[in-house]
Amino acid sequence: MKTNEKHTREPLFHITKRSDIVWWKAWIIRAIAIISALIVCSFVIIALTKYNPIQVYKTMIEGSFGSERKIWILLQNIAMLLCISLAVTPAFKMRFWNLGAEGQVLIGGLASAACMFYFKDSIPNGLLIPIMLVASILGGVIWGVIPAFFKANWGTNESLFTLMMNYVATQPVAFFIMVWVPNGSSVMGVINQMTKSGWLPDLFGKKYLLNIIVVAVVTVIMFVYLKYSKQGYEISVVGESENTARYIGINVKKVIIRTMIISGAVCGLAGFLLVSGTNHTVSTNLAGGMGFTAIMVSWLAKFNPVVMTLTSFLIVFLQRGAGEIATAFRLNESVSDILTGIIIFFIIGCEFFINYRINKRSKKEAE
Amino acid sequence: MKKLTAMLLCLAMLFAFAGCGSKDTSSDTKGESKKVLSIDEVEKTVPAKMDKVEKDKFKIGLICLHDENSTYDNNFIQALKEAQKDLGLKDDQVLIKTNIGETDACYTAAAELADAGCNVIFADSFGHESFVMQAAGEYPDVQFCHATGTKAQTAKIPNFHNAFASIYQGRYLAGVAAGMKLNEMIEKGTITADKAVIGYVGAFNYAEVVSGMTSFFLGARSVCESATMKVTYTNSWFDIAKEKEAALNLINSGCVLISQHADSEGAPKACEEKGVPNVAYNISTISMGPNTALISSKIDWAPYFKKIINAALEGDTIPADYCGTISEGYVALTELNEKVAAAGTKEKLEEVKAKLVSGELKVFDTDTFTVEGKKLESYKADVVDTGDFAPDSEVVKDGQFEESTFRSAPYFDIKYIDGISE
Repeated sequence: MKTNEKHTREPLFHITKRSDIVWWKAWIIRAIAIISALIVCSFVIIALTKYNPIQVYKTMIEGSFGSERKIWILLQNIAMLLCISLAVTPAFKMRFWNLGAEGQVLIGGLASAACMFYFKDSIPNGLLIPIMLVASILGGVIWGVIPAFFKANWGTNESLFTLMMNYVATQPVAFFIMVWVPNGSSVMGVINQMTKSGWLPDLFGKKYLLNIIVVAVVTVIMFVYLKYSKQGYEISVVGESENTARYIGINVKKVIIRTMIISGAVCGLAGFLLVSGTNHTVSTNLAGGMGFTAIMVSWLAKFNPVVMTLTSFLIVFLQRGAGEIATAFRLNESVSDILTGIIIFFIIGCEFFINYRINKRSKKEAE
Repeated sequence: MKKLTAMLLCLAMLFAFAGCGSKDTSSDTKGESKKVLSIDEVEKTVPAKMDKVEKDKFKIGLICLHDENSTYDNNFIQALKEAQKDLGLKDDQVLIKTNIGETDACYTAAAELADAGCNVIFADSFGHESFVMQAAGEYPDVQFCHATGTKAQTAKIPNFHNAFASIYQGRYLAGVAAGMKLNEMIEKGTITADKAVIGYVGAFNYAEVVSGMTSFFLGARSVCESATMKVTYTNSWFDIAKEKEAALNLINSGCVLISQHADSEGAPKACEEKGVPNVAYNISTISMGPNTALISSKIDWAPYFKKIINAALEGDTIPADYCGTISEGYVALTELNEKVAAAGTKEKLEEVKAKLVSGELKVFDTDTFTVEGKKLESYKADVVDTGDFAPDSEVVKDGQFEESTFRSAPYFDIKYIDGISE
């Protein structure tokens, strides 16, 4: 009798994988997640600061949309984060964990800065900017392909390798800044401030427009490449199963190296845009953690470049809002980081409910 | 493999390119700037006269490299809050942006503050300068002030200003307190006179840090003749772990007193752990090291903030380059920790301070130090900052190195006077 009972007992809850969920259901789950995150944040805001949460949220939105300039900054930041996310995506799709975007961007940026520093205004911008672009892309490619080469030939662990390459990349940057600015506090300052040589031109008087357009184009190309090209298909097959890929005659080694060349090249491009189109200077934290944030952007969007525009908007919106709250309410930015953390936690958490169904033990089955 | 060789070739070409480029430009710049103008010869910036602003319409913005956790930035934030309180401004008239890097973020922060209606915008970090200048060019009606900067008096941007204070006077005083402590140790027999070694944790090996550490050392040696000093650089303004490690290394190598010019609590905490007296900068560290924190020197920015706010309210001008002194209250010492200090320190500090205020005592009196065994008779410093790093102006006059007189930001960059070593 007892053994029988044990046999039929099932846990109160059990989890099954949903094979596919209707798109609107998924979005309802996401909306519920964001609303609950905002409610939890409200309690945190009241408990920590005694401010009115609605007021705080309003300020957050103002941080991104409060003025024309803020909208441009928002778009620019989205473009940069998106560009780096696009870079890591093909590698991720191939299950090659490229955690080295930070370093690849940095080397790309350094290459651009070096061209600006050494050429100064000795050659026209029309020639200098293409040279910088090529140098940056090459820098990013070299930094990306080294781990890929080792992975393809000797099966080294790419996560550790790419991660370590980030730290290696900060050293040449620190070194060159020391060489270029011998008497300073390791700050490069704006390069060619007077002559503006090597600076990307303003389009229609808008400082960041060119960056934004370039990234938009790259987004479309990446989308088409991953979804419709033969190489894109090869990437997904290698990602699903290397053995299958081998079986159907895909040269896995070649695909790994080729994909990391693309990944590194786009990182190099991001470095170029950051130096030539944005900062006009280089420092060891040029990428500013975006190389890691990009991983989240890419994952949340399930490696779909078009959805990634949304996820990078979300992240940048939260960051900009956080800064605005800190200034408007005189809070330390850590408070806004807590809020950002809560919101991202809920958003990532809700993916669980989208991918899995939770089944409550039904009475009938228990009997 | 083919691809790899091709790539290597490309790289080689790139370096060759870079090589050519550098040769060309260096000869160019030499040709252009044959004559390096001294500070007396260059044309100086004429600061703009401001339009009078009504008090309740006035706004000021502050851009900080880090936040309150950095002693350096905290010093600015507290000073601005004090000025706000004294002048009766509301919270929404004083906007503070923290964690603004020395990148385009600084330019956008400045532009956003200008958009928000700030009449005066102040940035606190050396590396902010070129970005603030960029914003200043775009917002001619807004006044931009920048601490520790070097370019304002010659940049000819009328609404861009530099400020600093003669902090070397404060460092000297803090050094006197340190020297008294060393004397006490020697008298008590804890150390012999030749073991009076001070450890100094510096951020970067450049003028601002070198000037501060040298004046601190001169202060200590003015009371403890046998004092010497060892320096370690961390190459970062704010790195708790590195600063702590540097302080511990100095202590382990025999330093009996530590001071620092880096902005975290790393060094004070290391000293508290090891029971070694510590002289700090920017804020009082007594709460971090109740048994070892001796005293701190600091720049009090409140008078400068009041000065620029009042200039806006009265429709006056802000000087292109302003250096506050100890007699005007720009340089201050924080509370002396009687528990740590040697007997009589307080009286001695008052005595020395009075001499500094009256001008009887000069910190960089060339009779008090030697460089490579010789007295300093003449020294050319890079006062005019055109990015050339070329020394341009004679700064030794009337038997003293005239620090912060030709430009507010320090230019005493003689890396090691005799007695200081790495």
